[in-house]
Amino acid sequence: MQPAILIPVSSPPEAELLQRGVSPRWGARELAKHLALPGLLRERPAPETVATGIAELDALTGGVPRGALTEIFGRPSSGRTSLLLSLMAACTRRGEVCAWVDASDAFDPHSAAAAGVELERLLWVRCRNLERALRATDLLLGAGGFGLVVMDLGDIAPRQARRIPLTSWFRFRRAVEPTPTVLVALEQEPCAGSCASLALRLEPAGAHCFPAPQECAPAHACLLRGLRVRAEVVRSRLHPARPPRSAAAAFALRAAWAG
Amino acid sequence: MPFAALHVPDFPVQAVVRLEPELRQQAVAVLEGAPPLEVVAAANAAARAGGVESGMSELQARARCAALILRRRVAEQEETAQAALLDCARGVSPRVECAAPDTVVLDLAGLERLLGPPQRTAQALAGRAARLGFEARVAVASNPDAAIYAARGFPGVTVIAAGKEAERLGGLPLDVLGAPQEILETLDRWGVHTFRALAALPPVAVAERLGQEGVRLQKLARGAEMRELALADEPEHFAEVLELESPVALLEPLAFVLHHMLEQICARLAARALATNALRLRLEMEARAGAPSTCERTLRLPVPLGEARVFLKLLQLELMAHPPPAPVVKVTLAAEPVKPRVEQHGLFLPQAPQPEKLELLLARLGGAREDAAVGTPQVEDTHRPRAFRMTRFHPAARPGAAARKQSGGAALMALRLFRPPLAATVEVHGGRPQRVSTSVARGAVVWLAGPWRASGEWWEEKNGWARDEWDVALEDTGGIAFFRLYRDLASSRWFLEGSYD
Repeated sequence: MQPAILIPVSSPPEAELLQRGVSPRWGARELAKHLALPGLLRERPAPETVATGIAELDALTGGVPRGALTEIFGRPSSGRTSLLLSLMAACTRRGEVCAWVDASDAFDPHSAAAAGVELERLLWVRCRNLERALRATDLLLGAGGFGLVVMDLGDIAPRQARRIPLTSWFRFRRAVEPTPTVLVALEQEPCAGSCASLALRLEPAGAHCFPAPQECAPAHACLLRGLRVRAEVVRSRLHPARPPRSAAAAFALRAAWAG
Repeated sequence: MPFAALHVPDFPVQAVVRLEPELRQQAVAVLEGAPPLEVVAAANAAARAGGVESGMSELQARARCAALILRRRVAEQEETAQAALLDCARGVSPRVECAAPDTVVLDLAGLERLLGPPQRTAQALAGRAARLGFEARVAVASNPDAAIYAARGFPGVTVIAAGKEAERLGGLPLDVLGAPQEILETLDRWGVHTFRALAALPPVAVAERLGQEGVRLQKLARGAEMRELALADEPEHFAEVLELESPVALLEPLAFVLHHMLEQICARLAARALATNALRLRLEMEARAGAPSTCERTLRLPVPLGEARVFLKLLQLELMAHPPPAPVVKVTLAAEPVKPRVEQHGLFLPQAPQPEKLELLLARLGGAREDAAVGTPQVEDTHRPRAFRMTRFHPAARPGAAARKQSGGAALMALRLFRPPLAATVEVHGGRPQRVSTSVARGAVVWLAGPWRASGEWWEEKNGWARDEWDVALEDTGGIAFFRLYRDLASSRWFLEGSYD
């Protein structure tokens, strides 16, 4: 049984609660049992998660939540785009329709096709500026029916991304909550604050080069075979029983030509 | 074998009012003829109550009724109204005759099990006509002509039992018969004013005095004449036409007009169990120097739809993006009828955007056209690096397809592109880049692989390309990042194509 998250819908004044014999030390079950008002306390089940396709990351986070905002941030070459393409490939394989809101027009269809994304199920919105990207995300969440919506702010300068008002993030969170859509924001630094149910920091942990960089070899004999990435969970509301911080994992990305 | 007749009184007025329902409760008359000799062709009950009669000039009509609203008679508008009336009838029976522009006759044979008794059928028919904007009279009788005269003569819904035609039609005035004017005048001199009086005349005397036409009219007056229906042709298109009272320059009133026209078209399509995947809008505008007099917009949809509000929103977005260059004086809207889409839903199918919402979404995002900035990328089968083209987004439904098994192994490394590629300043020593500087990334090259030469389309004068590609690791204050760098061999310029992420 999945752990439940209690949300107080309305709280009667404290004096009224004490008159009814409610103890402030009671847990959720005792409260629900003794307070006869239906709808006073509503249990919201933990969100369903979707596998990213990277086993180490799925073991770390349990997957990316549906109906919630996830932030994936890091500097260039930290594996953010590769992770999202792997997630998108998993979604399109299940037959879901995905959308990529591209604020910088950086999406590469060839990389996506190589990663296994079924491009006929992808709606690519080439915004070329931040304002249009926010509006496009609004429209996509409003239309519904998408399994995955990616806000690609990866090349937006952090100072510009920080100017996105928090109300926009709240609006996205509220729009995606009642839906089974996975909403992911790809950034250089976290911007959504507490609106994100899951925040992952990715850092480059080296590259897999052939031959190893310390070996002297002519450039034409060298090959970039992949990247190594370290992922850390900065925030997670998916599993309250598990510690939300200081959980990290490492995984590898391989180049398409590496075999 | 019952027949039903659907008659629209004051047809020219109702042809106007069905697209301008706000005029329904007002006094309305329709003018015909060339100005300044225009005369009233038809008027509704409210106008007649105010003293307006057919044949009056515009001035006379306005003098009689100050609140009178006048419209010009437009032949195309009456044609589309007639087509709508036929569609209404065809929604009930496949055998329909167009007896007059304002009257249609249906054969109800074999439909009693489906539609119920004649009274219920007639009321259903009246309801269908009301949904298309007509205040129609409906009559059911055992022969077509009796049904026609009953619909023309009696208001509301009338059902005549078999054998009672003469009795029920007897009291109708002779002008309902539609006889030639000279015969009517002759009968009037004789004191014959009703169906019953005409039917009671001796047939031989009628034949002698009025000829075969008189005999035919007498049989019709008795209500016993049976004939076959002359079936109407199937319509080829569904269209509505509206000539505006005054030129419309703003989009909001134009949208108001389009809303009513779309409702009529969708109702007519629904009456025939059809949908449409192509809408053609033709706007005729005020004559202005240097500006075209007409403009056309065509909406093509990937799936057949039948909802007026979706079409209206799509047309609004299209007109906002490409507004007409001059005030609009006439609007023509046509839809191509197709069979509606049939979808088999399932409990375990993955979610997908609804087609109606998807069309609106794409129109709002600006992606309803091919090669727009919104759509589905399609990788091109060519050696040109990163070649692709944008196509219209239309997710194919694959019900029942099982999810393919994920391929094992590590996830693939992706490339984030710079569009266009960033011009780079590169320090080269010994043929190898040592330092790269662009507007986005700069730093010393701490590791590199390459070059790999690639070229293609050398046989084309303009599209040939050749370049040397490098994978480089640049180190700056933030750390090390990996990029794809290339040198264009034709121009010898360096570019940063993208970053591995």
